[in-house]
Amino acid sequence: MPRPGFVLEVDRSTPPVLIWHGEGFRLERLPAARSRVIYAPEPLAPLPDPDAAVARALDNPLGGSQPLRELLRPGMRLTVAFDDLSLPLPPMRRPDNRQRVIEAVLEIAASAGVDDVVLIAALGLHRRMTEPELRHALGDRIFDAFSPSGKLLQHDAEDPAQLVMVGETDHGEEVEVNRRVAESDLLVYVNINLVTMDGGHKSTSTGLMSYRSVRSHHNVRTLQHSRSLMDRPNSELHTSTWRIGRLLAKHVKVFQVETTLNNDAFPSEMAFLQKREWEWGLRDRATFLAASRGLELLPPGAKRSVLHSINAPHQMTSVQAGEVEAVHEATIAQLHRQQLVDVEGQSDIVIFGLPHVGPYNVNSIMNPLLVMCMGLGYFFNFYIGKPLVRPGGAVIISHPTPWAFHPVHHPSYIDFFEEVLSVTTDPLQIEKGYEERFATDEWYRHLYRTSYAYHGVHPLYMWYWGAHALEYAGSTIIVGGNRKAVRRMGFRPATTLADALEIAEDQVGRDPTITYFRCPPIMLANVH
Amino acid sequence: MSINFSALKRPLKFPLGAPDWPATVPRPPRRSDLGVGYDTGWARRYPVRLARAAYTELVTRPFIAAVAQPSVEGLDRFEHVEGPVIFAANHASHLDTPLVLSVLPDRWRHHTVTMAAADYFFDSHVKAVYFAFALNAVPIERTKVNRMSADRASALVEDGWNLLIFPEGGRSPDGWGQEHRGGAAWLSARTGRPLVPVHIKGTGRLWPRGARRLYTGRTTVTFGAPIKPERSARELVAQLQGAIACLADEASTDWWSARRRSAASGTPALTGPRAAPWRRAWALGPSPKDSARRSSPAADRRWPPRDGRRAN
Repeated sequence: MPRPGFVLEVDRSTPPVLIWHGEGFRLERLPAARSRVIYAPEPLAPLPDPDAAVARALDNPLGGSQPLRELLRPGMRLTVAFDDLSLPLPPMRRPDNRQRVIEAVLEIAASAGVDDVVLIAALGLHRRMTEPELRHALGDRIFDAFSPSGKLLQHDAEDPAQLVMVGETDHGEEVEVNRRVAESDLLVYVNINLVTMDGGHKSTSTGLMSYRSVRSHHNVRTLQHSRSLMDRPNSELHTSTWRIGRLLAKHVKVFQVETTLNNDAFPSEMAFLQKREWEWGLRDRATFLAASRGLELLPPGAKRSVLHSINAPHQMTSVQAGEVEAVHEATIAQLHRQQLVDVEGQSDIVIFGLPHVGPYNVNSIMNPLLVMCMGLGYFFNFYIGKPLVRPGGAVIISHPTPWAFHPVHHPSYIDFFEEVLSVTTDPLQIEKGYEERFATDEWYRHLYRTSYAYHGVHPLYMWYWGAHALEYAGSTIIVGGNRKAVRRMGFRPATTLADALEIAEDQVGRDPTITYFRCPPIMLANVH
Repeated sequence: MSINFSALKRPLKFPLGAPDWPATVPRPPRRSDLGVGYDTGWARRYPVRLARAAYTELVTRPFIAAVAQPSVEGLDRFEHVEGPVIFAANHASHLDTPLVLSVLPDRWRHHTVTMAAADYFFDSHVKAVYFAFALNAVPIERTKVNRMSADRASALVEDGWNLLIFPEGGRSPDGWGQEHRGGAAWLSARTGRPLVPVHIKGTGRLWPRGARRLYTGRTTVTFGAPIKPERSARELVAQLQGAIACLADEASTDWWSARRRSAASGTPALTGPRAAPWRRAWALGPSPKDSARRSSPAADRRWPPRDGRRAN
């Protein structure tokens, strides 16, 4: 029986706690009597037979939808869209959930005699996936059957010939969607829901639409009013994507398949990363020492290669299919079962230790902008109710924050970091003064469409993602980061955690209360 | 010569050492595969027995010979007995078990199981594995009657294993013997196998309870005549205790004097004088730490008083 999440009140007997620091981790002692550590629930038991569960879900859909086999007929146009490489984190061991579900969908389509089937990676404005990444997500059988004939596509949000405007919502949001999707008789969207932000109408509204559509919710105002991004009823981003998704559903029949994973993020050799420190046995301590010292000795590139080669032993805990909103409600309930931790009240300071991988640097470098996005965009938003830190409190992030960018994956990030952040860090000013230039730059557009680059506007979105936290928190301190890079983003650098806590005291007063959010594994704080 | 253990005992800091357990977190119940529930069956498989025999001959016996310099008396008293038997000894030091095992004749030495306190020797995997291997130890509950340990001990005897039990239930806290518990006598009565009383002299001075240093010196192990379980378990307890006290007397004086005192019910009790703690400590003689006095005639035992037959 997995144990639920847990809030540890730190006392003098509490051992040092593990804090991720990019491509490494540290043990840090937190001040006694005024600190607490939030531990994630233990991984739920997986489905005993995931393939049978997928088949069951396709035959017994939710929300009044017909079973998939009844929606398929010869001569129809079927499009299967799936989440891109930003999910799950770290990438899961094969077979991936997408492979299991899409194979089941294709089995039914084959038996129903559907010839016109196209698979689309729902990239949105993310970079294209490489062949190995597609093979990992879909499996070789699917890749080899669809890719050679050009039936395995990657969504291109900048190809005017392949986009079609289907309308405008009552809030003026333009709905410009992938042409193949708009012209399909049925869209089957296959999701991996790692966090509660994913899935629902957001999948189609971001993954399969153009920049013109995405900008209607990926903007500063929307993100400042998404409190939090993980709490759909209180997220302006989701409200907007729901409007767009509902409009799309009037034009295209959507059959959504959502899967959830347990939070078993690291293989058993690295079990200490998920264990509470006082339960570390001899083996855990030995592997911690070996791993942390070993990583310290490696050069940055080798460190990244080692850590990015780790595939998570995530396993499927649920699968549901059918009408989008009914499916998503069931998914959220499953995610809450795995991730929710009850927390009483806010603190003056919150500490986040960022790991080596985030949604936008799979097989890539976590550059300073992604550090900001992970810390203030994702970790800060892992709450329901209220943030873990009080208004005006301090956010401490532990990450080396190197002044390093992947030149292929993140070309526009380099220019944004050099040219824009040196002038202003105010999200509203950035949006007003620079978004159009980055979004319409021909060179970035070319790289996005033909290379493996994120869209030109993506670094700005990273900055917007943290807009709520920037507005809410009094200061942000980065421990152990490149000082120039940290200062460029308007944050305060600190050499050690103790220094960071002292710096934070200037902001929040003496003897502040501290919350350490020990993530990963991923969890969601339900702050009362 | 002495070995300093205090440096070894200094705890290592986390993560080199074990972490502290936060005071606010309740400890989970002890895992059932440790303590009295630990299964030592693996330690009696043939490859392990072979390895243990090598370890005993190459490590344990040379170590004991160097540290405890044992002399052995009374082996002839039980050599005619068909096994298995239950060896019951007084207990003052961690040296007692390896000492007895190393002085037993070959046919007994490699076929003897030691009953060891589950709460002390089997509270961690490392300790459990080591003691099960090195001493062929089996966990026993010493604070309460436990059917599992009793059944297991009986089964071992029925399997042909000799048992080594310390009926005092733990090492002496002050150097004097303690009242016996009924376990050894009860097992003898239940299995019908004889009890062999064993007296160990000297280990309490070399490595007493709580000591941080191990001293070297001479020890004497005296085996008594086997006691057949012809009486009730309660009477066997008294008989065994008397037999070990008589062996203690014999080790300090000589066989004839000890027999005469025993016949006259004058054998000094192993539990020492009923007096203030300092007098009990005084009666044990000078400390082995006091090197100036250790070798002097005055260092010999002052209590119980000599009867004059072997005056120093």
